[in-house]
Amino acid sequence: MKLHDVLRDSRLMLGTAQYPSPRVLSDAIAASGCGVVTVSLRREIAGEPGANGFWPLIKATGARILPNTAGCHSVQEAVTTARMAREVFGTDWIKLEVIGNADTLQPDPFALVEAARILCAEGFAVFPYTTEDLIVAERLLEAGCRVLMPWGAPIGSGRGLRHADALAALRGHLPDVPLIIDAGIGAPSHAALAMEMGYDAVLVNTAVARAGDPVAMARAFRHAVEAGRLAHEAGLMPPRDFAVPSTPVLGIADLRPGARA
Amino acid sequence: MITVLGAGVAGLCAATVLVERGMPVQVLDSGRAGDGASWLAGGMLARFVEAESAPPEVARLGAGAVDWWAARVPGVVRRGTLVVAPARDMAELERFAARTIGHARIGADRIAALEPDLAGRFACALHYAEEAHLDPRVALQALADRLQERGAVIRYGAPPVGGRVEVDCRGIAARDILPGLRAVRGEMLLLRCPEVTLTRPVRLLHPRFPVYLVPRGDGLYMVGATMIETDATGPITLRSATELMSAVFAIHPGFAEAAVVEMGSGLRPAWPDNQPRVTRAGGRLHLNGLYRHGFLTAPALAGQLADLLVRSSHQEPADAH
Repeated sequence: MKLHDVLRDSRLMLGTAQYPSPRVLSDAIAASGCGVVTVSLRREIAGEPGANGFWPLIKATGARILPNTAGCHSVQEAVTTARMAREVFGTDWIKLEVIGNADTLQPDPFALVEAARILCAEGFAVFPYTTEDLIVAERLLEAGCRVLMPWGAPIGSGRGLRHADALAALRGHLPDVPLIIDAGIGAPSHAALAMEMGYDAVLVNTAVARAGDPVAMARAFRHAVEAGRLAHEAGLMPPRDFAVPSTPVLGIADLRPGARA
Repeated sequence: MITVLGAGVAGLCAATVLVERGMPVQVLDSGRAGDGASWLAGGMLARFVEAESAPPEVARLGAGAVDWWAARVPGVVRRGTLVVAPARDMAELERFAARTIGHARIGADRIAALEPDLAGRFACALHYAEEAHLDPRVALQALADRLQERGAVIRYGAPPVGGRVEVDCRGIAARDILPGLRAVRGEMLLLRCPEVTLTRPVRLLHPRFPVYLVPRGDGLYMVGATMIETDATGPITLRSATELMSAVFAIHPGFAEAAVVEMGSGLRPAWPDNQPRVTRAGGRLHLNGLYRHGFLTAPALAGQLADLLVRSSHQEPADAH
């Protein structure tokens, strides 16, 4: 299946970590209507991946698997993890994370471009987790990426779109490249805003997994993403600095004494 | 004679309740004493704290656990639980407080009064005064001794019996007849650190490396535990050990001098909803899927299991006619 078709069906992607239980996770996936879920090979499913019974539960949801290289700090680690993920999950899709700082989990753009070049040459469909930096984005596209995943804010921070102007500029510069907001989405309103700005999809994990009721929150994100996308397609009004009366004038009130109400 | 398979916390609790109801019991375990998941448990009887992420049923099942254990084994310590967070993760503490009941929010002075060694380290904590903890190894041994005093037979390394098995408490090994069961790997440390004195379990909320520390007395501390969706056995990984160690160092830097007495890993059995329960399959009753809540929920589940067993044994003659 092509990414284009996947995005047409669902513009919400879910991460699968940190849920209270696999049952809650699969219920949340169903409630979100999401078509793609990310799975971390390194950490959550070590050893014989998923043979413990977790993997069949994810597969049963019917969502497409996007393995990631979460927690990798070097080109070598990320490339090795991607190759393992291809074997284990039987997909060429890989969400490429090369972390540059252990505290902020922000991507190392230099290592990211290098790893992307290697993996694209090996036939992977690379989804790079990057910043909103336009030049890095261009380098990733030159390396062979067909889609980009800029962050909204640091992973797990829930701060929304911290550099909305830069993200809008990125969208404007790359009108034909699928762009997916990857990290930092903390509330459905953040997701709706990203979609209104014309982003193609959002990926959410912590905001759903650690909600009081993850299944209800998954439904909330589904509606927010749909609303934001519809608004983008419908065309948003431009903001103005002054008021414009919006009540239609149907006649003039007759205020003479004795006039009919 | 009722045959119970498995001598972990599930099997020994089930056997205890059956013996107390006057039934003769034998417990068979294919392994050695102390090589199951129960041996590596934290032993926190923390029904309020666990409710943060566990299904609500776990807290209900755990309501009588502290009294149940205290009436049967030594070493049940009723000093509550402390939940703390690093200064920059106070939002985690707020979230935890909003998700749980049974706690008081306490400040630095009260923290220092409860645990003098934590003085000045945390500005705010949640104190769950009604919770307790025990040492799983002491408790399991005491339960086994108590069963044998009451005439029950416990055999380790026992070959599979030819006779009928009524009760199956084998944990993850029971996957052969319980296909829905999954393994969640847990890794733990046992530290000796006489330099630091803590008297109640302390849980550190950390977005990436949540950790709890349970005092075992005599300067021993159990530190746990990772949760990894895998059935890989084998020793603890360096990554997990590093995470547990750095988190415990964040609770008190005095742990830098601790001796690492033991590093362990085991497989917890869990159902897809992570809720422990009694089920019937393969002609047996199963007490399984205890996940992270074995010592908290096993007594109540053992009671449910005994009720079901009594009911079905009453029905058997009727079924035969």
